Amino acid sequence: MSTDGSFGEYGGQYVPEALMPAIEELSDAYERYVLENEDGFRDELSERLTDFGGRPTPLGRADQLSERYDREVYLKREDLLHGGAHKLNNALGQVLLAKYMGKERIIAETGAGQHGTATAMAAAHLNMPCEIYMGETDIARQRPNVFRMRTNGATVTPVTTGRGTLKEAISETMRDWAATVEDTHYIIGSIVGPHPFPAMVRDFHAVISEEAREQMLETAGQLPDAVLACAGGGSNTMGMFQQFRDDDGVELYAVEAGGSSLSVDEDAGVAPNSATLSTGDEGVLHGARTKVLQDGDGQIMESHSVSAGLDYAGVGPELAEMVDRGRVQAVNVDDDAALAAFHRLAREEGVIPALETAHAFGYLEQHHDELGEVVVLNVSGRGDKDLETVIEETQSRDLDVGPTMDLFRDLGGHTAGEDR
Amino acid sequence: MSLDAAFDDPAFVPYLAVGDPSYEQSLRYVEALADGGADAIELGLPFSEPIAEGSTIQSAIVRALEAGMTPGRYFEFVAELDVDVPLVCMTYYNLVYQYGSEAGPRPFVERAAEVGIGGFVIPDLPAEEAAPLREACDEFGLDLVFIVAPTTEGERLDRMHEFVSGYVYVQARLGTTGAREEVSEYTERSLARIADWDVPKAVGFGIKTGDHAERIVSAGADGVIVGSALVDIVAEGHENDDPTGVVAERLERKARELKRGAVRGLGETAPGQ
Ligand SMILES: Cc1ncc(COP(=O)(O)O)c(C=O)c1O
Repeated sequence: MSTDGSFGEYGGQYVPEALMPAIEELSDAYERYVLENEDGFRDELSERLTDFGGRPTPLGRADQLSERYDREVYLKREDLLHGGAHKLNNALGQVLLAKYMGKERIIAETGAGQHGTATAMAAAHLNMPCEIYMGETDIARQRPNVFRMRTNGATVTPVTTGRGTLKEAISETMRDWAATVEDTHYIIGSIVGPHPFPAMVRDFHAVISEEAREQMLETAGQLPDAVLACAGGGSNTMGMFQQFRDDDGVELYAVEAGGSSLSVDEDAGVAPNSATLSTGDEGVLHGARTKVLQDGDGQIMESHSVSAGLDYAGVGPELAEMVDRGRVQAVNVDDDAALAAFHRLAREEGVIPALETAHAFGYLEQHHDELGEVVVLNVSGRGDKDLETVIEETQSRDLDVGPTMDLFRDLGGHTAGEDR
Repeated sequence: MSLDAAFDDPAFVPYLAVGDPSYEQSLRYVEALADGGADAIELGLPFSEPIAEGSTIQSAIVRALEAGMTPGRYFEFVAELDVDVPLVCMTYYNLVYQYGSEAGPRPFVERAAEVGIGGFVIPDLPAEEAAPLREACDEFGLDLVFIVAPTTEGERLDRMHEFVSGYVYVQARLGTTGAREEVSEYTERSLARIADWDVPKAVGFGIKTGDHAERIVSAGADGVIVGSALVDIVAEGHENDDPTGVVAERLERKARELKRGAVRGLGETAPGQ
């Protein structure tokens, strides 16, 4: 990265002038506190990640999957971080940074609700008022997380524009910030947005691969041949890749959501997927030049994925650059494969993954032959939040994995999916 | 037509989203604003992610996009428009960047110049990222307007001063666009900060009435920019299915009120100021 926040031709700061002073202030705070550990910021964060967050998270061998795929499969368990996903690494880091900067209020967008949940928890932990913007579609499909945020004392504000998903939630949070920038900090939830967010969010998540690289050397006695992580904006992805990026023998795979199809309906402005790295092209969205799903005119498309956390028309500029350079392989799996992988991991290994995470396991199922002898996957989050969606989506297709829903029919005469 | 020509006396600069609620109606509405005394007109090219807009203009953009507005149609619209005042294209950078076969802003600027656009306001393009667009504007003789926010100070002002031409857009308050009642305390402070700039200063964000325009001009502005209060008239007409001619008349009347207010404001300015 250069000092102006560009990654090759990607990155930059495409935001309204009103926000620029805040972004300059944040860049300065990022350099002082995060990079240079001024006032012991990093030490305090690290302590809190241990005492409050539960770090380090374990890394372990997946015995059944190793046998199934005839190679060594390891899992990095970010699902065991407090809150149930990697998101707390960044949320706690940024709430703490906001405190160091003297800010008085936190705002954030959320898609799956995991970033919102992590932010609400971190804000409660550090005693900061917090407002979370969430698209109405996502509110409907991630209800447990909505309750969790509100239980932690956060205000959850529905966003009703567009399709009511992550893209609209980010736009609306930026609008709030433009009005409240003097005392409010915006905690963006992935490695997207204007500089310094992509670099800073990556640095907060780099702890994942700092631990995982050591743990691999200890547990497996060697570095992995392949590292897999799902990618929406790409924060768990870059966090998992960061310490492996200079290891030449380690292949890095960013697994995006193929949705229902990789094709695009330009007239309707809809891409029924979120495979931005594979199918998007260069554009400017939410403050950064990066790969985006857009039509020929540059209007941003409505994306789709069964998993709310991957359902986004943009992606982190740094990841886009690493894909262009060939350091990261951009791959994708569709909704069906992700659902099947969700059930498979739950049954084979006793780990219920987030639907986002399940995409990485879908890729493992389909392409394990190409992945070398030792593979490590980032389990970016746990799947409790997705159970309602999974029950509905499993019913509506003919999957040969996962429990049947007969039990519900026998008991109640109706199923969870039908009463909505 | 060069933009600063519009500021000979206190200028009234209206904004509408082009294509809201339809191409044909929008043509009539823009012409009505010119008839009502607009000195320059900001023509919004609708973008799907308008992060600087409040709910009023967001809705206008949605209506225009749903009615089929695209950059190509927008340029046809501007070419067809029969008005005699400078025209400013207000849009977001991705549409500027993507237009035409080569990457970068040049093809968009070239086409805009062809159809008679005099300059640009791009709310998501701060001075830091503006060099390629500034260059293209220079090549085709167009102006590039920047927004001075209440939070803009020091070096940021200097950088903007270097790039700006046509007029400077003084953002009257923090936040997004949208009509409000009161005159913001920020306005005077911002105007004072750039008092020695040699470009006209137009204040926008939240101006709603003639009295409001008057107070802003008497505070030292060279003009007022009004968007949401006009878009509200378009939206109401659309919701009530009012005839296009009736809505156009309302817009013309509102334009007169705002223009008169701006002119009154000059009368109140202390002589020599
Ligand atoms: C568990 C989990 N994994 C992954 C993601 C995708 O985000 P990112 O690509 O930034 O890691 C999310 C987002 O909500 C998530 O909740």
